[in-house]
Amino acid sequence: MIMCKTSKEIGGMGHSLKRKEDARFIRGLGKYTDDVQLPGMLYMDIARSPFAYAKIKSIDKSAAMEIPGVLAVITGEDLKQYNLHWMPTLMSDTQMVLPTDTVMYQAQEVAAVIATDRYIAADAVQALENSIEYEQMKPLIDPHKALDADAPLLRPDKEGRTDNHIWHWQTGDQEATEQAFDEADVVVKEQVYIPRIHVASIETCGCVASYEKAEGKLTVWMTTQAPHAIRTVIALVAGHVGLSEERIRVISPDIGGGFGGKVPVYPGYVIAIAASFLIGKPVKWIEDRSENLQADSFARDYHMTVELASTKEGKMTGLRIKTLADHGYTDAAANPSKFPSGLFSIVTGSYDIPTAFTEMDAVYTNKPPGGVAYRCSFRVTEAVHAIERITDVLAQKLGRDPADLRFQNFIQKDQFPYRSALGWEYDSGDYAPALRKAMDMVGYEELRKEQAEKRARGELMGIGISSFTEIVGAGPSKDFDILGIKMFDSAEVRIHPTGKAIARFGTKSQGQGHETTYAQILAEELGIPAMHIQIEEGDTDTAPYGLGTYASRSTPTAGAAAAKAAHKIRDKARKIAAYLLEVSEEDLEWEPGKFFVKGAPERSKTIQDIAFAAYTNHPQGMEAGLEATHYYDPPNLTFPFGSYICVMDIDPKTAEMKIRRFVAIDDCGNIINPMIVTGQIHGGLAMGIAPAMYEELIYDDDGNILNGTFMDYLLPTSVETPNWETGHTITPSPHHPLGAKGVAESPTVGAPPAVANAVVDALSHLGVTHVDIPVTPFKVWKILKEKGVIS
Amino acid sequence: MIPPTFDYLVPATLPEAIALLHEHGDEAKVLAGGHSLIPAMRLRFAEPSHLIDISHIPGLDYVREEGGFLKIGTMAREVVLEDLPWISERYPLLVDTTKMIADPQVRNLATVGGNLAHGDPANDHPATMLAYRAEIEITGASGARIVPIDEFFTDFFTTALEHGEILTEIRIPIPPSRSGGCYLKVERKVGDYAAAAVAVQLSLAADGSIEQAGIGLTNVAALPTRAVDAENALRGQQPSDALFAQAGQLAADASSPADDLRGSAEYKLTLIRELIQRALRRSVERAQGRS
Ligand SMILES: Cc1cc2nc3c(=O)[nH]c(=O)nc-3n(C[C@H](O)[C@H](O)[C@H](O)COP(=O)(O)OP(=O)(O)OC[C@H]3O[C@@H](n4cnc5c(N)ncnc54)[C@H](O)[C@@H]3O)c2cc1C
Repeated sequence: MIMCKTSKEIGGMGHSLKRKEDARFIRGLGKYTDDVQLPGMLYMDIARSPFAYAKIKSIDKSAAMEIPGVLAVITGEDLKQYNLHWMPTLMSDTQMVLPTDTVMYQAQEVAAVIATDRYIAADAVQALENSIEYEQMKPLIDPHKALDADAPLLRPDKEGRTDNHIWHWQTGDQEATEQAFDEADVVVKEQVYIPRIHVASIETCGCVASYEKAEGKLTVWMTTQAPHAIRTVIALVAGHVGLSEERIRVISPDIGGGFGGKVPVYPGYVIAIAASFLIGKPVKWIEDRSENLQADSFARDYHMTVELASTKEGKMTGLRIKTLADHGYTDAAANPSKFPSGLFSIVTGSYDIPTAFTEMDAVYTNKPPGGVAYRCSFRVTEAVHAIERITDVLAQKLGRDPADLRFQNFIQKDQFPYRSALGWEYDSGDYAPALRKAMDMVGYEELRKEQAEKRARGELMGIGISSFTEIVGAGPSKDFDILGIKMFDSAEVRIHPTGKAIARFGTKSQGQGHETTYAQILAEELGIPAMHIQIEEGDTDTAPYGLGTYASRSTPTAGAAAAKAAHKIRDKARKIAAYLLEVSEEDLEWEPGKFFVKGAPERSKTIQDIAFAAYTNHPQGMEAGLEATHYYDPPNLTFPFGSYICVMDIDPKTAEMKIRRFVAIDDCGNIINPMIVTGQIHGGLAMGIAPAMYEELIYDDDGNILNGTFMDYLLPTSVETPNWETGHTITPSPHHPLGAKGVAESPTVGAPPAVANAVVDALSHLGVTHVDIPVTPFKVWKILKEKGVIS
Repeated sequence: MIPPTFDYLVPATLPEAIALLHEHGDEAKVLAGGHSLIPAMRLRFAEPSHLIDISHIPGLDYVREEGGFLKIGTMAREVVLEDLPWISERYPLLVDTTKMIADPQVRNLATVGGNLAHGDPANDHPATMLAYRAEIEITGASGARIVPIDEFFTDFFTTALEHGEILTEIRIPIPPSRSGGCYLKVERKVGDYAAAAVAVQLSLAADGSIEQAGIGLTNVAALPTRAVDAENALRGQQPSDALFAQAGQLAADASSPADDLRGSAEYKLTLIRELIQRALRRSVERAQGRS
């Protein structure tokens, strides 16, 4: 049961308020980057490489320049004059804005065209692409071959580098883990690959850059999840050409989905800004769908060797993982943590495993750079897949029910706060009730009976469990920064004389519903109706500095900042109320919306009375106004969790698969808006079954992308999506001012292993222990064929 | 994803459309629902200089029974077939097929005529029209001609349509009583082209034996494929699982699928074998009025 402290009219926490932003979204009246129209605006389009690895022999601009309406063709050589042909990545690597000599992946930006019209720009790109001469080279596509002696050295530009190895990273106690494995009764091991996938948000990336020469001011409307950080980055990389931070304004208007893909700085943004700066006119660049899919940062692409040790009774004793990360030609990971492999070390998951050791290596290949943390804090999906898969493998080896094995190994309620073998302090958790609730909802025991009967008849059905622990809310400044900027977030709240409010934040919603949830947090803390609290984000000229929205961090950081700012306002409001009621502050008590005198509740002042007084009748010596700002540096991350169960039917003749049931029990601590949480879970689950069953970017040996359009890059639709059955348990975060945790990423992280485990479970009697995602009918058919089920 | 410049023309009559096609030569193309042509243009695979939109010509979008045929005007949108109860009742194979094409958004615009005229062996209607033994009416400057469906698909993405001709009508012989059909398709997700699909249309004799059989196969060869040997093996026989298994094998023998992202050739042959058996069972049930 979700308890509400406020009335429906106030609409604080726990109320399923309809999303305020939907009034414009469902009418098609959102204002996106591509809706920005400025007088004299020019259009940019980008010529891209047909090859994965090639020398550029020549670029002949003339054919493109001859097309009426074409103003400029910009190449790497042109940018080089301003030292803007390379840019730094968030991971201290470097990335080409435009190449001067070599292209490193298919669809890489090679040159840009600026024209008076979007259609002319596209024609000019075609002419330009036909006028670029390349000398093809044999690309490096397989990351396992990156360190071979005969592998091409992909980054000779990097001083002192003699191979394609980017970095090595390890965590945990190697010796103790070795010992645990030596002493183990049982060891299981699997190779687990998480494919290269793409966020595929409905809005592609783009910007409108407008440099006004007279004022020396640059305004950029862009599809970014982190406008403030982008402003600072622009100031740092373009300071030498005269762009100074006070004269840079980044506006992130409505965003049609981000999912991590709108954290990176893509070359297109930089070229458009450079073009506007040089030409002195606004320049619009909007990617098309294929460019977005083929060239923008990928996610995942992680090769893992996973080993789990246990006693013969099933008590897990050690976890050992070795991974290889394919980063493409540069490490451009959108990873805000100080660890190159992000938060992979959450990999011990929901289980009390005494020792663990993980090591990771990253290599270059001729693929697009990345990766992005696709709807998870960086590398959490990979970690959860590893532990949830290997737990099932262990259950299978021991002949144990996978639910039973989980109950046995769960971190127990009284162990929280719990320090994991890899060093995280889990804030709170209570795992067994969530799994029990999911099992009851799905009817677990009956399903197992049904499965046994079906097996006897040669029918295939599987039940897959995932009891994941997430790690979100980046993050405490000791572990997180972007270019040294600590990962606090901010809220600035102003109460107007009539008792209405405006609040601005350093985060940026891309569909998460901040305009509603932040208003509800303030309503909860101030008693002002959420309806009357205006929320703004995304304009660096008006909003307080913040690090943006990703990694489910907005509620853990900016949400907390809102609560803290509200408390400051309440402190001042108390003083004003005491003055108005002629009592001392200590004599006052607060209930949402008003202060009243202890023992005399009829003597009270509403927050609206107090707001009016703050401008008309405040105590002498006190500043007028009622506003506060707070920058919140979270003391810890939050650790939401859940248990999912997927029931899968497989056609034994055609290998077609159908998810019959999918039950999802989530625990994200205290819930701000149940309807929004459920919506986030629904969307996240769809994005969870996507890589589990459909999505993968596929390259051939020459580095050609084989599925560079939605015809073959398979996004599930409502038809593929089962009827989600959701529920929750509530275990508040002890350190968050509202007891809330992040939620939007849990389903994306938790769902894939539930699906994979269901498929393996359906095939386990055939001796199958693992299938890599995406588990497609063709893959399952091959297994059924190999096992003699299909002739 | 931005097409090159083209001219857009909207004829009001069929003769005007045909005249425009002649006037603008090889670079002109008919635009029907646009859901095959426009994607190709956006990828610059097709770069027609003129689009001649036939969707404003009155009287090309009918669906009616007449003279022993179900006649479908070329501009009849898929959604119309889905929504007519008498079509569902009497032409289950046709409705099955329509429902397997893309998604409702596409079906609101896509036309049956365009689906055939495109000549794509991955499209779903070609196999269905093979199973129905349909006829295609083609109209040119000198009038109309009728082409049996077996002669309509001439090569990969090529049909019997000559330059300056327009596909005007599809004619499906009205099935006799005790007929039934079924379309089964394996696709990776909704809106995908078939990994493999089968169209089956059967008529039973009074003694329950199979009198007439039509079988078309989707996306398992460079052309939409008729499983002739399977049809022959079924004709005159009493339905049985063994017979259907044999037909499945013969249909697989008639296929020559390629390996692609949907799966290997061998996988697709397995699908054909299995889908044929299922479709035959279903078609017999429908012919017997049992479903
Ligand atoms: C997302 C998506 C998924 C799809 N999935 C499927 C699917 O699963 N199965 C399937 O079968 N199809 C599928 N299609 C294709 C869809 O059914 C097409 O619309 C159809 O194939 C063509 O019909 P149209 O009316 O859109 O033709 P158009 O695109 O307008 O025309 C196609 C071609 O036929 C020519 N043409 C059209 N009408 C005539 C005529 N009367 N005379 C002469 N030439 C003509 C045109 O010049 C053009 O060359 C899909 C399309 C999309 C966009």
